[in-house]
Amino acid sequence: MAGNASGQVLAPELAIEARGLVKRFDGFTAVDGVDLSVPAGAIYGILGPNGAGKTTTLRMLLGIIEPDGGTRRILGAERPHDVAHAIGYLPEERGLYPAMKAYEAIAFVGALRGLPLAEGRKRGKALLEEHGLGYAADRQIRQLSKGMAQQVQLLGTLVHEPRLVIFDEPFSGLDALNQGKLERMIRALAEKGTTVIFSTHVIAHAERLCDEVAIIAGGKVPFAGPVDVARDRIRPQVRLETRASDGPWRRALPQDARREGNFWLFSLPETGVEPLLRALIEGEAGILSLSIERAGLHDAFVAIAGEAAARALEENEGEEAAR
Amino acid sequence: MNANGRLSTWAAALVIARRDFAAIILSRSFIFFLLGPLFPVLIGGFAGGIGQRVQASASQPVLGIAMEQKDAAAMLAARDALAPHVGDALPDLVVVKTLRRGEAFNPQATLAARQANASAIVTGTPAAPALTGTAEQIGDWQGPVSMIAAQALGQGPAAYPPVTLAAMATNTAQQRHGQVLTAQAAQLLLFLLTMLLAGMVLSNLVEEKGNKIIEVLAAAIPMDAVFLGKLFAMLAVSFVGIAVWAGAYGLFAIAAGDALPSLPEPAVGWSLFVMLGIAYFSMAYLLIGALFLTIGSMATTVREVQTLSMPVTFVQLVFFFIASFALTAPGTIWEWTAIAVPFSSPFAMLARAAQDPAVWPHVAALAWQGLCIGLLIRIGARLFRKLVMKSGPAGRVSKKRGLLARLRPARA
Repeated sequence: MAGNASGQVLAPELAIEARGLVKRFDGFTAVDGVDLSVPAGAIYGILGPNGAGKTTTLRMLLGIIEPDGGTRRILGAERPHDVAHAIGYLPEERGLYPAMKAYEAIAFVGALRGLPLAEGRKRGKALLEEHGLGYAADRQIRQLSKGMAQQVQLLGTLVHEPRLVIFDEPFSGLDALNQGKLERMIRALAEKGTTVIFSTHVIAHAERLCDEVAIIAGGKVPFAGPVDVARDRIRPQVRLETRASDGPWRRALPQDARREGNFWLFSLPETGVEPLLRALIEGEAGILSLSIERAGLHDAFVAIAGEAAARALEENEGEEAAR
Repeated sequence: MNANGRLSTWAAALVIARRDFAAIILSRSFIFFLLGPLFPVLIGGFAGGIGQRVQASASQPVLGIAMEQKDAAAMLAARDALAPHVGDALPDLVVVKTLRRGEAFNPQATLAARQANASAIVTGTPAAPALTGTAEQIGDWQGPVSMIAAQALGQGPAAYPPVTLAAMATNTAQQRHGQVLTAQAAQLLLFLLTMLLAGMVLSNLVEEKGNKIIEVLAAAIPMDAVFLGKLFAMLAVSFVGIAVWAGAYGLFAIAAGDALPSLPEPAVGWSLFVMLGIAYFSMAYLLIGALFLTIGSMATTVREVQTLSMPVTFVQLVFFFIASFALTAPGTIWEWTAIAVPFSSPFAMLARAAQDPAVWPHVAALAWQGLCIGLLIRIGARLFRKLVMKSGPAGRVSKKRGLLARLRPARA
């Protein structure tokens, strides 16, 4: 990590850089050569179904487990614990000491990251107040509802003002109201320059929040980069409604065009929209409506990760919704 | 904290230790932990006291007298005159029957019918006493009865010159026997304390896994620091416990006065022995605690913990027996084995401190035990990271196959 004249540590261009990460358990390869480049200040999603290797990848990035192969640099450091004070982590399995008071629990998590306890207690109370939980500051964790306890842990993740925050399935188990709250919190963090990485199996969260995503399936990352680039992997979809049902203009439609009700649906031809329009007009198709829709992240996921991974993802989303 | 803002391992361990210490000390279970060892001691002492009193009142042997009144009175007066000089060697006398002149008396029948509270009966006259009782009893009392009868006849010593007393240490054999006793007592105390506390640190970690906070800890600080913090928190808790127990014993000892038995002085002297005792207790606890933490960290359920900790406890018991045996055979291969094996080393060395005044072996032994503790913690932390913190299908498969499956090295 570079330092400036005043001795302050400068943020590297990449908050996380991982090359060829591999992790095996009992001969099973959970993560198989994962490459990640997370720009500093970005909101970065790791998108994949359960069992794809998301948690294992995050644990390797955090130094909870050591990779069997590959390299990683977190905030410029090769050993994640060296920059633990600049990282916040919310694991998927959340838990705090039941007998601790809410503000003490926040201070304790901060203390683990090097924040002095007294300062942590002060900030803990202020954070609880700020998030409408001031009345619960002196309550023991066991006396809080599950949702409140989750919020307390989330505040503990942020109390030391980390430069990099890693959330493992942060939306899991939250109701719609709290999901919205968390989305706003993630955006606010990014606006302050904090790098946020979260894993999810819900495409909508990634699509709404992320600047970049890594699509992970079967321990591999077939795509990592800006969300727009992922969507551009799929050609835009054309939706056409014509007065004439047949005619010479039909020859201008691509071979994959299919009929759904009154509409023709097909991928935008590589030649672009102008030759298509010309052929439709000259062929007297009688265009009633024509729209070109950019592919969504879901379509991109199907195209990149495959049908099986997409089905698993949809099943996970269904299970989550049922919970 | 380091220059780059990172917590050092010791600073991180302190965060864990502080939390654990406060949580345990302020918990209700700590009160039971403190009171636990006091109950058997109090109950044992109470029951022992009652038993002693009952025994004292019920079976104190008494010598009966069946003589004419003047002879009986002379015998009683003679016993009282001799008692200050002879002390416990004289039996208590009780008149079971005052005989008229010429009256016949059958002492065998009286003793057989248990009509008198006496173990033997002396009849006849002071000039010709006859002692009736069991062979053992009359053997013991033949001399005292003769002495009392002589005194009753006015034939006892006219004066008892004062004896100048000069106390000295016991002889070598007695001293060695006493030091073995001290060593045994110290070993037993050490073992009981160690096992009690190691069990507590294990349940503390299992509880932590139940709280699902372990991943937060593992992400923020090295596992070595988590292990160190937990061990030292429990060590500090144990010192609080020991201070309370020692205080309670001190009060009990003051109340009991000289009634409490005292152990012979150990070879290194009491002060150093107590200091070494604390040091070896710390080492014994840290060694077994680190082992238990390693087991606890790998187990996913309390049942798994119990399954694995049981044989470990038995193995620990074996090491304790080896150390106990070794103290009776100083200088043999047994003693050296007990000293070299880390889990028996603290017990063996404490026993050595009771029997051998040399101090330098203790410095070497403490260094060796400290090294083993460091290694155990490091191995435990690595195993934890390697075998426990995994997710996804592999983790689930492993969980079903149990701990032994996880202990097998992963295929590369």
